[in-house]
Amino acid sequence: MKQPKVNAAKFLGKKRMMQTAAIAIIGGIYFISCLVLQFNTVEGIMSVPKAFTWLAVNFQPTPESMSYLPQIGIKLLETILMAIASVVVAAVIAIVFAILGSKVTGISKSMQIFVRGLASFFRNIPLVAWAMILLFSFKQSNFTGFLALLFMTIGFLIRAFMEIIEDEAGESMLALEATGASYFQVIFQGVISQIIPSLISWILYMIENNVRDATLVGILTGTGIGFVFDLYYKSFRFDAAGMTVLAIIIVVIVLELLSNQIRKVIL
Amino acid sequence: MISKDEAQPILRKPSLRPDPQPKRIKLHKSSGSQWMINSVFISLILITIYTLTHLNTENVKLSDAFHGLGMTLNQIFFQPNAGSDGIVVLLQALGSSVLLAIVTTIIGAVVGFVLAVLASRNLTNAYLGAGIRSAMAIIRAIPTILWALIFSIAVGLGPAAAIMGLSFHSIAYLTKAYSESIEEIDQSTIEALKVTGCKFWVIVFQAVWPTIIPSLVSWTFIRLEINFANAIAVGAAAGAGGIGYQLFVASGMSFDFHEVGMIVYMVIIVAMLLEFVAVKIRQHYLTTK
Repeated sequence: MKQPKVNAAKFLGKKRMMQTAAIAIIGGIYFISCLVLQFNTVEGIMSVPKAFTWLAVNFQPTPESMSYLPQIGIKLLETILMAIASVVVAAVIAIVFAILGSKVTGISKSMQIFVRGLASFFRNIPLVAWAMILLFSFKQSNFTGFLALLFMTIGFLIRAFMEIIEDEAGESMLALEATGASYFQVIFQGVISQIIPSLISWILYMIENNVRDATLVGILTGTGIGFVFDLYYKSFRFDAAGMTVLAIIIVVIVLELLSNQIRKVIL
Repeated sequence: MISKDEAQPILRKPSLRPDPQPKRIKLHKSSGSQWMINSVFISLILITIYTLTHLNTENVKLSDAFHGLGMTLNQIFFQPNAGSDGIVVLLQALGSSVLLAIVTTIIGAVVGFVLAVLASRNLTNAYLGAGIRSAMAIIRAIPTILWALIFSIAVGLGPAAAIMGLSFHSIAYLTKAYSESIEEIDQSTIEALKVTGCKFWVIVFQAVWPTIIPSLVSWTFIRLEINFANAIAVGAAAGAGGIGYQLFVASGMSFDFHEVGMIVYMVIIVAMLLEFVAVKIRQHYLTTK
């Protein structure tokens, strides 16, 4: 094939033009959006130090705020347990669907399309909608929070597990099929044992993520740590709200470090 | 230096055993990783069983609740309509949520890239990098909704609070993602430019930037998806406007589940569109790389 002649000046000029165009387009989108949303960038930047001074002054724990600790601790533990339970239950459901629907282990083309649609559907319904819909039927209880997190997580994990199976299990599956193993032998001896480390990695990530999301669900449905924060925040007990945020930070970071350690060992 | 290790003859002591049995082949590795996998699984399952059996359901009759849920879902998914707000208001609200997601992603990408460059181990000194990384870990640990609530008091309710709140989490998330991609760059590329006497930012824009564009773009679009979901959440729980607020009003105050259905469908369409664009862009960069 004949390559068109490109000299350095032409190439660099074209590259520079492309970059300028890209920056102009992104900048344009930004300014138009800001205009529509009535957001002033300078004001926004100025608000950062203001917010942090406000935080430093109001969120400072006082000796009294220690008395809130037991209540915060109980709710936080409840939230963590809920997050873990929702991820584990979701993982069990998701692995079944992922095996039925992935490109390498799927049973039929229509099943693949069905599972993909189902996952996308569950994932894209906003968590807010799940929380509010469930709140209407299940009232203000931990079960509501659990179900909202469960539905959301199922959608995420089906997609993640399908991608893992397609990436990692294809070859070992072919090898086992060549030995004449049955479908279930291939799945249980080959596919699942092959993907378990990545599976755990995703489960740990989702637990971390769900502890954070549980705060949102909690604010909306009045359960767990989100409820406690909302309560303190709206009754202007900012020192207690600060303690709650601090507790969330500690838990999330500890979970992150713990799951990084586990990943290091298993991967 | 030329080493002559391979020239050494391989010496092996003759075995004294008359019939050297080959070692049994183990079918299952009993290594540390296997042990860890088992213990993680067992503890997760035990925690789940404990939680599910102790779950507080506030004496709601599950059969009634599921029946009610079925009726609500029927209203939502099979009889959606625009409700009292009308389709124009809902579309406007949807538009402002999308713009909110775009603006916060742009802010997150720009600031995140600068911070990522400063935080990467292969570009800057260790102390600055470690400082930025731990600050970002703390910011990431605080849920987006709490940031939005904090800013809503500091700057007043409205789009500014939502934008700042969402941006904070985006910046922290993208800093981590970008700096991980920067750290994967071949060290020799950077050293080659350093040798020629290039300044720091020249290295960044001539070597680092072009190399990581694919992963940069794909992470940014993943974040756009997340930011759209977060924009809805912030609208609902912090009253920051947009389609999230409409969703909250319809489902929590006026209990108009037909309208909830309309909003959910609108959100799903936009979210799927964003996902589609993200997948296409990732494919484009993966094939042209």
